[in-house]
Amino acid sequence: MAMLKIENLQVYYGFINAIKGVSFEVNEGEIIALIGANGAGKTTILHTVTGLITPKSGKIEFEGINLVKTPAHKIVSLGMSHVPEGRRIFQQLSVYDNLRLGAFTLTDKKQIEKNFEYVYHHFPVLAERKKQIAGTLSGGEQQMLAMGRALMTNPKMLLMDEPSMGLSPIFVNEIFHIIGEVSRDGTTVLLVEQNAKKALSIADRAYVLEAGRISLEGKASDLINDENVKKAYLGE
Amino acid sequence: MITLIDGLSLGSIYALIALGYTMVYGIAKMLNFAHGDIIMVGAYAIYVAMSFANPNPVIALISSIIVCTLLGVFVEKFAYKPLRGASPLAVLITAIGVSYFLQSVAQIVFGSQPKPVSGWKLPKIEFLNQFGITTGAVVTLIAGILIMVALTLFINITRTGSAMLAVSEDKGAAKLMGINVNKIITITFAIGSALASFASMFYLLQIPNAEPTLGAMPGIKAFTAAVIGGIGSIPGAMLGGMVLGVIEKICLSIEVISPYTTAIEFSLLILILLVKPTGFLGRTTKEKV
Ligand SMILES: Nc1ncnc2c1ncn2[C@@H]1O[C@H](COP(=O)(O)OP(=O)(O)OP(=O)(O)O)[C@@H](O)[C@H]1O
Ligand SMILES: [Mg+2]
Repeated sequence: MAMLKIENLQVYYGFINAIKGVSFEVNEGEIIALIGANGAGKTTILHTVTGLITPKSGKIEFEGINLVKTPAHKIVSLGMSHVPEGRRIFQQLSVYDNLRLGAFTLTDKKQIEKNFEYVYHHFPVLAERKKQIAGTLSGGEQQMLAMGRALMTNPKMLLMDEPSMGLSPIFVNEIFHIIGEVSRDGTTVLLVEQNAKKALSIADRAYVLEAGRISLEGKASDLINDENVKKAYLGE
Repeated sequence: MITLIDGLSLGSIYALIALGYTMVYGIAKMLNFAHGDIIMVGAYAIYVAMSFANPNPVIALISSIIVCTLLGVFVEKFAYKPLRGASPLAVLITAIGVSYFLQSVAQIVFGSQPKPVSGWKLPKIEFLNQFGITTGAVVTLIAGILIMVALTLFINITRTGSAMLAVSEDKGAAKLMGINVNKIITITFAIGSALASFASMFYLLQIPNAEPTLGAMPGIKAFTAAVIGGIGSIPGAMLGGMVLGVIEKICLSIEVISPYTTAIEFSLLILILLVKPTGFLGRTTKEKV
């Protein structure tokens, strides 16, 4: 059974129909890439899944639970974490406080300690800079903090919105390397990316979003060789 | 020296009120212009509690805290919450409406004449009195500082405090952390209104009269203090309150300029807005969905 199941999703901003009947599934353990051009609706889909936007119609089910009816602040405790577009870390707070807020819903001190260790293990730079004010981190470090913050609940599924945005190739490689590790540790990943090449190289399956509709789907290894995808998204 | 203590004491009243403005602004991104009238309601609560047969100041204070806190939460729930996401102008107009509403209700219930609050004074301390310092000023200053320290600790140490900081920076991201944003906004109104009730108590130590428009002047001055300190910033509200209180008392102590005190205070506001629009400790923040 699919872990996350989206059926015929319709999302509007006022009169603008941003998502026009999208359906897709994410199975446990997979890395799924959702690629598409600027304005295709990728961020809108993730925001709708985690409750920041209410859809006009359609179904969103996470492990059988109806997310459309679940308020945004209750979704993280179901085991779904969202690394939003543009990172949106708490700029004025320290690295430590950001991570601690990531574990806001947890009450078990030991579990929180364990999750801190897990995050510091993957991102040693965050451990070194615990006390630094988050807004003064470099872009790459901020992305790591955003990802670390989302991992502080030890989520079953991680939604990531353009983690490579604005990063140098070395940092992009580093981030994608960690996404691979997190996936191997058992976290299911839904990855939204403009960097289609990178995303397809790491994903199991992928969906291509075009103006609010899914235009293509398949195994990532097939899509990476697809002529249309090559032309439109890989710049070849 | 005396002027300084008086100024700091008046400043702590402004600071307590300014904290309410600044916290609500920081978290709900709105100017709650009815905040000053919460002080007025708090003053009437003390007046009522002190007019019973055996008045007890502690009970009066506690009832004022309870009345103000509940009123703040009610106003948020019934007047502002339905407007979440509405234009800032609509919210502002509503806040002004709430302000007039509270003043009118007070006038209907208690009349427009000032009601003297009996028995609301502190014993004189001879030692201080020699220097011309009133007990009220000292108590206000010390209690004001203690309350501000407690609030700072609450915000920086507790889970709810950190959630408040997160909400003030980015509501959407705060929701993703599992923070119930509506609940945090309610708590913020409750705390701001509770602080206002302390302001009522200290205000009555200086002028022991409750009247319907009592909250207007301290409210607008505290708002000025919050803007001078940097609206949205908690240390800024404390600093702005203290600065304004001291300036007011200094101006009042110099005979030639004392009639222009209020004008000078508001000119200071305009000056600060021109030179540093974000106030002393305010930050320029980006707004996000
Ligand atoms: N708050 C909003 N109000 C109105 N329209 C919006 C809003 N947010 C997004 N849109 C519109 O919805 C469409 C989809 O936007 P979305 O941000 O989901 O795209 P995206 O695929 O994430 O793009 P990008 O790769 O540039 O981040 C766009 O046409 C955008 O202009
Ligand atoms: Mg996007």
